[in-house]
Amino acid sequence: MSEFLLETHHLRKAFGALVATDDVSLGIRTGETHALIGPNGAGKTTLVGQLTGELAPDAGRISFRGRDITALATAQRARLGLARSFQITSIFPSFSAESNVALAVQARKPHSFRFWRDAERIPALRRPAQKLLDDVGLGGVGDTIAARMSHGQHRQLELGMALATNPVMLLLDEPMAGLGLEESRAMSKLLASVKRQYTILLIEHDMDVVFSLADRISVLVGGRIIASGTADEIRNHPDVRVAYLGEEDDDLGGDLDADR
Amino acid sequence: MAYLGRRGLLLLLLLGAAIALPPYFGVYHTRFATQIAIYGMAALSVDLLLGYTGLITFGQAALFGVGAYAAGMLTVYGVTNAFVAWPLAILVSMLFALAIGSLSLRTRGFQFIMVTLAFAQMVYYFAQSLRNWGGDDGFTVPQRNHLGFVSLADHTTFYYVVLALLVLVVLLSQRIVKSEFGMVIRGIRDNERRAAAVGFPPYPYKLVVFVIAGGIAGLAGALMANHAKFVSPAGLSWQLSGELLAMVILGSANSLIGPILGAAFFLAFRDVLSDFTEHWMLFFGPLLVARVLLMKEGIWGLLVRATGAEGKPAPPKVDFPVASGAVAKSNPGAGR
Amino acid sequence: MTLALLVEQLFNGLQFGMMLFLMAVGVTLVFGIMRVINLAHGSLFMIGGYFLMAALAWTQSYALAVPLAFIAAALVAVVLEIIVLRPLYRRGPLDQVLATFGLTLFFNEAVTVIWGRESIPLSIPPFLTGSVEIIPGGAYPIYRLVITGVAIVAGLLLYLLITRTRVGALIRAGSDNREIVAALGININLLYTLVFALSAMLAALAGIMMGPLLSVEPGAGDPILILALVVVVIGGIGSVRGALVGALMVGIFDTLSRVLIPLVIQTNATSALVGMAVYVLMAVVLLFSRTGLFAAHRG
Repeated sequence: MSEFLLETHHLRKAFGALVATDDVSLGIRTGETHALIGPNGAGKTTLVGQLTGELAPDAGRISFRGRDITALATAQRARLGLARSFQITSIFPSFSAESNVALAVQARKPHSFRFWRDAERIPALRRPAQKLLDDVGLGGVGDTIAARMSHGQHRQLELGMALATNPVMLLLDEPMAGLGLEESRAMSKLLASVKRQYTILLIEHDMDVVFSLADRISVLVGGRIIASGTADEIRNHPDVRVAYLGEEDDDLGGDLDADR
Repeated sequence: MAYLGRRGLLLLLLLGAAIALPPYFGVYHTRFATQIAIYGMAALSVDLLLGYTGLITFGQAALFGVGAYAAGMLTVYGVTNAFVAWPLAILVSMLFALAIGSLSLRTRGFQFIMVTLAFAQMVYYFAQSLRNWGGDDGFTVPQRNHLGFVSLADHTTFYYVVLALLVLVVLLSQRIVKSEFGMVIRGIRDNERRAAAVGFPPYPYKLVVFVIAGGIAGLAGALMANHAKFVSPAGLSWQLSGELLAMVILGSANSLIGPILGAAFFLAFRDVLSDFTEHWMLFFGPLLVARVLLMKEGIWGLLVRATGAEGKPAPPKVDFPVASGAVAKSNPGAGR
Repeated sequence: MTLALLVEQLFNGLQFGMMLFLMAVGVTLVFGIMRVINLAHGSLFMIGGYFLMAALAWTQSYALAVPLAFIAAALVAVVLEIIVLRPLYRRGPLDQVLATFGLTLFFNEAVTVIWGRESIPLSIPPFLTGSVEIIPGGAYPIYRLVITGVAIVAGLLLYLLITRTRVGALIRAGSDNREIVAALGININLLYTLVFALSAMLAALAGIMMGPLLSVEPGAGDPILILALVVVVIGGIGSVRGALVGALMVGIFDTLSRVLIPLVIQTNATSALVGMAVYVLMAVVLLFSRTGLFAAHRG
């Protein structure tokens, strides 16, 4: 069928007079890492909300794995293989790190209406959870209560939970948000290591990460996709330069010019 | 398996007292202890929803009352065997819970509170309108149910039966809460948005726990009908729903044992103060306000800390229902 | 079912609806702006009635008693807001529900301490007794017409306050973002106290006006509160327009169903159905739109 794993067709969402998503037709090819960039207020959050099912578009369709998922609820999309990590840390604060991931692992099964066995003693849940924690660099802190972890550890946990459901596609919403230099490098390495196994839609501000990871980049400004292509194409795209250099509180212009 | 740390010992102590002391009580105190156990069970059902799922229900009294009415009516009709009447009462309350829950759970947050209150009120009016069953005055139940060949007319016997059922409910609830199902509802409590994003549709899970809690409340109601040999709409009032919530919070939510202690506290408070004044509510109201505004934990939480029985460091108090998507408490950007 | 009877019931429904509106708009304002659910709102209704009774007993004059009762209720509301409500603004719904529930318990008991448990009837003000013929053959109590009118005027004044005045603009701004309003140097605490006092006065007004019709008794506000909550659920939390539409719907639906249902269904279950009618309405609305008819834009 389509070469696109996730596709939007003329998506539109307006809040009163503010058109947050303006005729967005975006296609993510199977296996690629696709970055979505844009200045603050461009409408990335609204778009992500529609992709994950938390916001209903006013018009347009979304298809995933060949199916029209526009009317599907968030949980159903997750079950189809679309996993996400949140921009603002969204974990289960009272659970341990391992339990956080274990719960995501548990979601792989068709349902969880099992009332008897102690979930913390089911090896089929705990072992994959421990492995995932190792993979994202949280191997030693599985027992730590999530609410007590540092911000950087939260970002790692976010990623771990997204991976835990055995998804087909990852929607990563600013995984680098709030990370220091060391942590950013570690996260970047982590993302590079999983890149090949999943199709990824990456929303990021950190241009280093974007240019090093992304196969293709789309630029969202004022609710519209103004450009879409490879890193080089985007770097030299006149509209993109205007959109960014015209924005005062973004040093993207400098990033665009930096030697890579 | 039992985690017999200090907390387990504390529980055993309480259980031991509950088992060993009553033979020394007179009728009055035995009945008092029975009442604590019954309300404790009802409050526990509220905690399953509140502490473990993050659902604030102001309508649990409706399910408690439905259980009472069902058991009472069955007894009046001659179904006096507890092995028949009590499961039926549980079933009826679960059906009511299914009906109320299926509609209420479509709403969230404040709306949910108001909707559960409203539906409970509807059941209350329905009970009041049952002219054949005494209307607003209620009706007396001619006798207690009997457990097969065991008569429950004796107060001490009845107490131990109620206690055994309470212990059973606690153990079953413990299992449920720790099971995979329990993980999902606790996940929903912590962060419903995240639970959905991981692949758990919240509604079916919330509905199931709502029905389970309804069944437990119904059992408590059936026991109450037996205890008092009297059933009336007062057992369905929203005031009782609020009192159940108060018991949970006084005793410590999210603990299953806390609500029982909260029930004990509430009933003891009422009992002791009404010896001095009929207006004991005048003091209870502000006490509740004080607990909410000034104290961080309830009785069980205090007990656990006081005896150093914490074991693993307790998880930080989760401000539930947690704002969708955010760990931090105030986060205007998160959510919609 | 004559035309006169139908018209009379419609007017009753309108009157009841306007009373519910006064209650519901207070609940929805306080929630919409301060994000607080106030279960003690019914107590303010009840206190309005009691203060009227007390003021009447003291002054023997409605002209004096009504303003006195009003002021007293407003004072209680201000004290309440400062001591109990303010700490609740930052808290979650559980804390708010329990604390305001505790207040309700307290107030219900406090009035019995002061005035006893009995239901105390109040008489209609002498200059408002009597009826007028609203349609030929249908005499309708003047008092009910007057209080309906007062409620409508109160609603209009509220509307003007919120949409046309500076205070109203601040209120609306404060509901969207209290931090910014506070940063602008506006005393947000004062603003919130004002909003709460306003909502309390509306509730007290309803309590004062309904006093002669319902009699004052402990817990008088509770059934009204619950209906007001139903109105808010139907109309949508945070929406004043929803409160009005919902209140009228509930008021008219409840009143008419009490009259019409017994005509159609004559069984033992009739009174049950009558009492339940409003909740069935609420259930239907919820099936249609889970956030109510006019949910406010914010989540």
